Amino acid sequence: MGKRIVIDPITRIEGHLRIDCEVDGGKVTDAWASGTMWRGVEQILLGRDPRDAWAITQRFCGVCTTVHAIASVRAVENALGMAVPKNAQYIRNLMIAAHAIHDEIVHFYHLSALDWVDVTSALKADPKATAALAESLSPWPHNGVAVQAATKARLETLVGSGQLGIFANGYWGHPAMKLPPEVNLLAVTHYLQALDVQRKANKIVSILGSKTPHIQNVAVGGVSNPIALDSQSVLTLERLLAVKALIDELAQFINEVYVVDVAAVAAFYPEWTTIGRGVTNYLAAPDFPLDERGTEFVTSGGYLPGGDLTKVQRITKFGDALLKDNVAESVKHAWYQGGKGPLHPYQGETIAEYTDHQPAGKYSFVKSPTFAGQPAQVGPLARVLVAAAVGDEAIVKHLTRVLGIVEAVAKIKVPLDGLHSTIGRHAARAVMCARNVEILAGQYDLLMANIAKGDHHTFEKPVFPSGEVSGFGFHEAPRGMLSHWVVIAGGVIKNYQAVVPTTWNAAPRNEADQLGPYESSLLGTPLADPERPLEVLRTIHSFDPCLACAVHLIDPARRDIVSVRAL
Amino acid sequence: MDPARIVVLGVGNLIMGDEGLGVRCVERLEAAGALPAGVTVIDGGTSTHELLGDLEDLDLLVIVDAVAGEVPGALVRLEGDRIPAALSNKLSPHQHGINDLLANLRLLGRSPRRVVVHGVTPAVIALGLELSSAVEAAMPALAAAVVAEVVEAVGA
Repeated sequence: MGKRIVIDPITRIEGHLRIDCEVDGGKVTDAWASGTMWRGVEQILLGRDPRDAWAITQRFCGVCTTVHAIASVRAVENALGMAVPKNAQYIRNLMIAAHAIHDEIVHFYHLSALDWVDVTSALKADPKATAALAESLSPWPHNGVAVQAATKARLETLVGSGQLGIFANGYWGHPAMKLPPEVNLLAVTHYLQALDVQRKANKIVSILGSKTPHIQNVAVGGVSNPIALDSQSVLTLERLLAVKALIDELAQFINEVYVVDVAAVAAFYPEWTTIGRGVTNYLAAPDFPLDERGTEFVTSGGYLPGGDLTKVQRITKFGDALLKDNVAESVKHAWYQGGKGPLHPYQGETIAEYTDHQPAGKYSFVKSPTFAGQPAQVGPLARVLVAAAVGDEAIVKHLTRVLGIVEAVAKIKVPLDGLHSTIGRHAARAVMCARNVEILAGQYDLLMANIAKGDHHTFEKPVFPSGEVSGFGFHEAPRGMLSHWVVIAGGVIKNYQAVVPTTWNAAPRNEADQLGPYESSLLGTPLADPERPLEVLRTIHSFDPCLACAVHLIDPARRDIVSVRAL
Repeated sequence: MDPARIVVLGVGNLIMGDEGLGVRCVERLEAAGALPAGVTVIDGGTSTHELLGDLEDLDLLVIVDAVAGEVPGALVRLEGDRIPAALSNKLSPHQHGINDLLANLRLLGRSPRRVVVHGVTPAVIALGLELSSAVEAAMPALAAAVVAEVVEAVGA
């Protein structure tokens, strides 16, 4: 045919993220985060049946399917003042814990490790020395010489074929790459192993959710699949036993590989515990409800102003007034019609008003959310710091272990303050992953014990009043606190707003012109080579952005230096 | 060919109009029972890594998707060398798309033996759950092309 055909990039997700940085003297001096695509997905929900919202919201984004389904049913249940059967809470908890583990492993190994790991350097590694190093760090049985040699041979074949594939666009040989060849080879070995391990987490989601990537086993009022121990078509004992085996396999990889690797990377890049600090107001919601009305949770929620552990304000239940009353979104710097000041999500409007990229004016389709008028960072680091503030030893013990490995390998002392950093966000994610797999096992035991008691109840039918009701649901998604806010009138959706984690972290300047977390975290970042701004990517990726990321650098004279794409 | 080693994968975003045509196509194929018994049908949405386990060591992977072109509603079939280049332009979460998934399968030594893309050129990519009339009109032909591809492979 001779015609050029392209499968278009089009809008599979919310859109690109664009970062503009001003660079002076080899450091970032100012930054702007911009979401470049209109995010008006909520409009599609207006006038619809609230019982259908979860199925539509889980199509918001490709990587965050399950989390939107969960936040959506919780919002509608909150509006209706519903109780949800315990079995349904446990099954949902299992799905969200497994989803989080999947996301955490994939984020580290497949979406961000190559910011730190130089694949071409791995070709220079000695497999024997690599195995010796690995075995000094971990009891993981798949670190031997033969495994490392096989990884090296695979890489050599790949490079020899001239098709680097997934590794084609890395910053190889960049001066900011500092791992020795053996650590690089070990990381590539674990990259490959993690491809297999992530399948196990996803398998749990698909067994319990009936289907992935888009779960089916959820409903306003509980979960849709009945529990029957003698039927093939529903959740059976056989399927539940398969879940248990997968949990044990995940736990071994997370504790013996993922946690160790993150600590080792941190040990070789200690300066990154002082880079990427950004906004230190942290916000996390409690999660993994243990009772029908969501008053008791496994993990803690709260707001931590200025990162001060002594000033934590607790968020303790579904519908918590502290959260409900303190969230507002500003569109002063976002491409929406405004002029009304920051609006609470129940009053939120999403009417586009595009102006072009104006650094002093409007420059993003992401709104700027605030808590009590302040920008806030959400994500695993917020979760871990809130846990430390409230004395949640189950999380703190993993943090202590990670810091211990860093200190043993690097022979340095890492203060708690070092967590407010790019590497701190990776460490916190690994800590939460280690905790999540324990929660997964715990929820499994609770579910089995409850079924054994003869309770097979999984669903409560929702009843919609004729008048107007409103509610919100939250979920600590892998990237941070996600909240859905719904107003229901006469049984149909009157308003719907999703305040997603990336909205908090990628926020543009707010009503008071304060920088958002991404923007603020980039200030002072050193750049070894502004043509290849690897350091900017490291910090942005540490937030696990839920947007494709385009990085755009400008010099102080505001001339374009370079336009690069983040991978 | 063993039908158990054939996957028909619909990809795209259902809430972006014609962008979701691949998913709509496989939903309809599944509802109609139009494919030979044993063939796996997957609604991949916009996911990537979640799909890895389902796509290992296949004899045939048929990807159904929106394919850019000049004439909305036109049917497109791609095979071989033209696929990686075409798929590499995909925007997907973290810019990791189906192409990266295929690259990871290659790295693991578990690539599908054959990959074929069937698609339709979209007319309207905008917020909405419906397909445009131009694409809707092409959907029966797209379904027939996918079925023919699979039936031929099973018989081969």
